[in-house]
Amino acid sequence: MARIEVDGIVFEAREGENLLQACLSQHLDLPYFCWHPSLGSVGACRQCAVIQYDDEEDERGRLVMACMTPVQEGARFSVDAPGAAGFRASVIEWLMENHPHDCPVCEEGGECHLQDMTVMSGHTTRRFHGRKKTWRNQDLGPFIGHEMNRCITCYRCTRFYHDYAGGKDLQAFGSRSRMYFGRTADGVLESEFAGNLVEVCPTGVFTDKPFSQSYSRKWDLGSAPSICPGCAVGCNISPGERFGRLKRIHNRYHGEVNGYFLCDRGRFGSHFVNAENRLRRCGVRVGDEEFQEIEGLEALAVLTDLAGGGNVVGIGSPRASIEDNFALMQLVGEDQFCAGFSSDEAVLNELIVDIYRSGAGRVPTPLEIENSDAVLVLGEDVLNSAPRLALSLRQSVRNESLRLAEGARIPLWQDAGVRGHAQGALSELFSLTVLPTGLDDIAAHVEHLPPEQIARHGHAIAQAVAGVGAEESASGRIAAALKSAKRPLIVSGTGCGDGEVMRAAAAVSSALRHAGSDPALLLTALEVNSLGATLLGGGLGLDEALKRLKNGAADNVIVLENDLYRRADPSLVDAALEASRRNGRVLVADLIETRTTANATHLIPVAAYAETLGTFVNLEGRAQRFYQVFEPRAPVTSAWQWLGEAGRAAGRNDMRWQHFDTVVETCASRPGLEALREVAPGADYRGAGGLRIPRETHRASGRTARNAHIDVHERKTPVDTESPFSFSMEGAQGGAVGSARSAVWAPGWNSNQSVFKFQDEVGGALIGGSSGIRLFEPAHGVPAPSYAMSQTSDEGEGFRLIPLHRIFGSDELSAMSPPVVERGGAAEVVLNRADAGRLGAREGDGIRCDLLSASAALRVDDAMAVGHAGLVVGETFGWLPRGRVVLSRDPDFRSSQELIARE
Amino acid sequence: MSEPAFIDVLSQAEIDAIEIEVAHLPDRPSAAIDALLIVQKHRGWVSDESLAAIARLLGMSAADLDSIATFYNLIYRKPVGRHVVMVCDSVSCYVMGGESLMMRIRRHLGIEPGETTEDGRYTLLPCVCLGACDRAPVIMVDDQLAGPLAESDVEDVLGAFE
Ligand code: SF4
Ligand code: SF4
Ligand code: FES
Repeated sequence: MARIEVDGIVFEAREGENLLQACLSQHLDLPYFCWHPSLGSVGACRQCAVIQYDDEEDERGRLVMACMTPVQEGARFSVDAPGAAGFRASVIEWLMENHPHDCPVCEEGGECHLQDMTVMSGHTTRRFHGRKKTWRNQDLGPFIGHEMNRCITCYRCTRFYHDYAGGKDLQAFGSRSRMYFGRTADGVLESEFAGNLVEVCPTGVFTDKPFSQSYSRKWDLGSAPSICPGCAVGCNISPGERFGRLKRIHNRYHGEVNGYFLCDRGRFGSHFVNAENRLRRCGVRVGDEEFQEIEGLEALAVLTDLAGGGNVVGIGSPRASIEDNFALMQLVGEDQFCAGFSSDEAVLNELIVDIYRSGAGRVPTPLEIENSDAVLVLGEDVLNSAPRLALSLRQSVRNESLRLAEGARIPLWQDAGVRGHAQGALSELFSLTVLPTGLDDIAAHVEHLPPEQIARHGHAIAQAVAGVGAEESASGRIAAALKSAKRPLIVSGTGCGDGEVMRAAAAVSSALRHAGSDPALLLTALEVNSLGATLLGGGLGLDEALKRLKNGAADNVIVLENDLYRRADPSLVDAALEASRRNGRVLVADLIETRTTANATHLIPVAAYAETLGTFVNLEGRAQRFYQVFEPRAPVTSAWQWLGEAGRAAGRNDMRWQHFDTVVETCASRPGLEALREVAPGADYRGAGGLRIPRETHRASGRTARNAHIDVHERKTPVDTESPFSFSMEGAQGGAVGSARSAVWAPGWNSNQSVFKFQDEVGGALIGGSSGIRLFEPAHGVPAPSYAMSQTSDEGEGFRLIPLHRIFGSDELSAMSPPVVERGGAAEVVLNRADAGRLGAREGDGIRCDLLSASAALRVDDAMAVGHAGLVVGETFGWLPRGRVVLSRDPDFRSSQELIARE
Repeated sequence: MSEPAFIDVLSQAEIDAIEIEVAHLPDRPSAAIDALLIVQKHRGWVSDESLAAIARLLGMSAADLDSIATFYNLIYRKPVGRHVVMVCDSVSCYVMGGESLMMRIRRHLGIEPGETTEDGRYTLLPCVCLGACDRAPVIMVDDQLAGPLAESDVEDVLGAFE
């Protein structure tokens, strides 16, 4: 550490870190533009100028850029000196010459880094009276708006998009005062992380298009800490609400999970909350008639009735919280409860838990994988199944560059210096996947293989690590690289649907442990609460549950937030629901309409994640609390409330839950879930000064007016009995728990850059610690388990089906979000050219799977192994049969585009 | 990436010339500027189609290549006349009368910077630095420098380029 002095304040900073970062870590106000905590310094914008003095005697000092100046013991600086302040004001004045005066109509207004810096620098009067440059904007697709006139040429966009996220289609064009940031031509921004431009760009050039279409100022958005429901990474998000509508998703900083960035599924996938096909009413129907709306109490009576007897099966869901699932489990009894995975997937998720608990490797946090200096990816198309991880993996290969820079004594925050010196040197990432992935471009070695061969290859690598097998082979080379790495990482998961692949990953990790290294092993699950639902358990497999209904061993079923047609053989689901409709009741509680709700007898509308609170467990086993952002309109209610009411009404002593915290408490009595109690502060937590934490900002407008068209009396503010948050602007943010705040804002810092004010140090944990509790702490001192390859036979006619996941379309809820619908693709069947030829089919033709009664367009890809067919998971293909399946060319197939064109 | 084979857009002569440059360099994208100049030599300018074709040939994205192409004054992304007149508008030339020189040239050619005369003879472009401050105010026509240039010399100097 080095002691430095800034305007008379003496503090400790890390030796060699740059002064800007050091000042911000002290929560001092110092303007900047081109620096970004994740992107480092390039010294381009000249906005962070300060005076550096040579010694105690030096009174004049010299102007330096804080972001380019390493701190050293005894260094003395001034931010406030007139020379520095005046220079920064001039810089802003230059930048503002061409900037339009459009703040009132700019979406960035009120959370604009440029506005903040302009005010902070004191440039208040325009002296430039020349003509401003104007630009033609581009159509960048359904996610991102473009308004180039607002650009201040800081390069943060291309440094994020191109350098950090590896995007190829956004660039800086031109030179000097004629810079343009965009694509070579109009078109959809290709990167799956393009949405981060909205937050990375300090001005309103790149904006959130869906948000612009239904816009509110940041200060008018109500919010509460939330978790992205898009996948199992569990990124922390800040949903914004106004007038009972979810308006947008912003990143919520988490120092171990998502840092400063989200993927576009997460950012743009949440509009399903407002979707038209939300289930909003209770319903009942007789026979094949239409659903009739019923009162909530009537629906509750049905639920209560089911709570009393034992003749019922309860099916939960990995997209519902632990508490919702637990409430259902409690209601129907553990032996009648099924977590809601397909029977195959349940086995895979249990395998994750087993492997994590076995101590085969250390379970890294999602951000920690950025530090890995050698990575083996086995079978998982991470960019599509756990997207945010792919961005972290992309950073991991930069470790070689960082190592070279360290050797050359270049500070690691010197972004241009590090990149220039390393000339694109990458650490090794080995990728064995079914088809090409978005990480192939940075991989040292890529192979495209079917799952069973990936598993075999993986086991061979494990053997090579243990010293068995040829060193010249690819396996030998990969093994050697992993062994010599300081921080090796193995990534695998349930995505390709083959447990043997994950066992192979565990075997490699285990072998590395035996060989004395400390490998990290991360296994991805597919849904937001896959691991939570798995840990909760339940006595029934899904197929078994459905068979019970089909053969009359149980007459009633309660399905919670689950479309069974995506989880089991559709003909089995049909038979089960039909029998249950005949013999009893099919009560489906969901937030959307699905094929399952269409086959129900009773419907109950439940809250979406933003309308309730609960706990999700992410892929590292981190239990995280999400809070209610806004109240749903009755009768939509949290599932745990519906179920709890029913239990109470049925006189169940084990379900006397008044409040959410009691549900948590009861649930935490289950083995392995004890830590649930500590996940997040309960309803009695209070922020600074003993006050509730306000969901609304202190500048929220129109409090008395916003409902005046309905009623001139100001509405009574609802009281939140379940969380420490209030539904108004009164209260205080934060307190002891850093994550307990609904928005980031600090005086002078209206943009999201203000987050540094709430971090221990720039880029570190939030004050009060990173939120969430990991349920699997690394097993210490346990001997590394061994995983042998199990033998499978794979002979026979037809194709072996392999699930393929897509960031846009495979996740059930985000696939209903209108911008994602616009961005996403249709279902596909991927075949090798030879196989396509054998079926007499060409690219674009329909391929039919009789067993699934579904067809989709063919895409020919020679990376797909012969005898295998990749099916894109989504609305068309959910559950996939194991074993070989016959496919044929479908002469009647029409692609969705053709169908639209016809209409 | 299912565009048609853009490489068809380039002639064999262009491809051969580019490959010679590539052979001297550590990686293909390093030949970007040379490749752009080669195509420009053959065609007078670099169209969007040519740009995409060069990018494919060099294994880089069109955006990355265009970023380079648009950075340089001497690479033309729009068609230009038979002769390109570059007038330096940087500090030294400005101090030495560059502004009125530009005015004189505009009047003489009857076009604004960025335009081409109707007969396709001249394109007029401002240029940030020609690297010849000692000859300020300086202009460059095609690859010939002229300066220090008095306003009265403009007609003669430009007239020499048919
Ligand atoms: S578009 Fe935004 S991020 Fe990019 S250079 Fe301009 S102001 Fe900076
Ligand atoms: S990676 Fe997953 S959790 Fe994170 S933003 Fe994307 S969909 Fe959401
Ligand atoms: S932030 Fe330091 S020069 Fe831009």
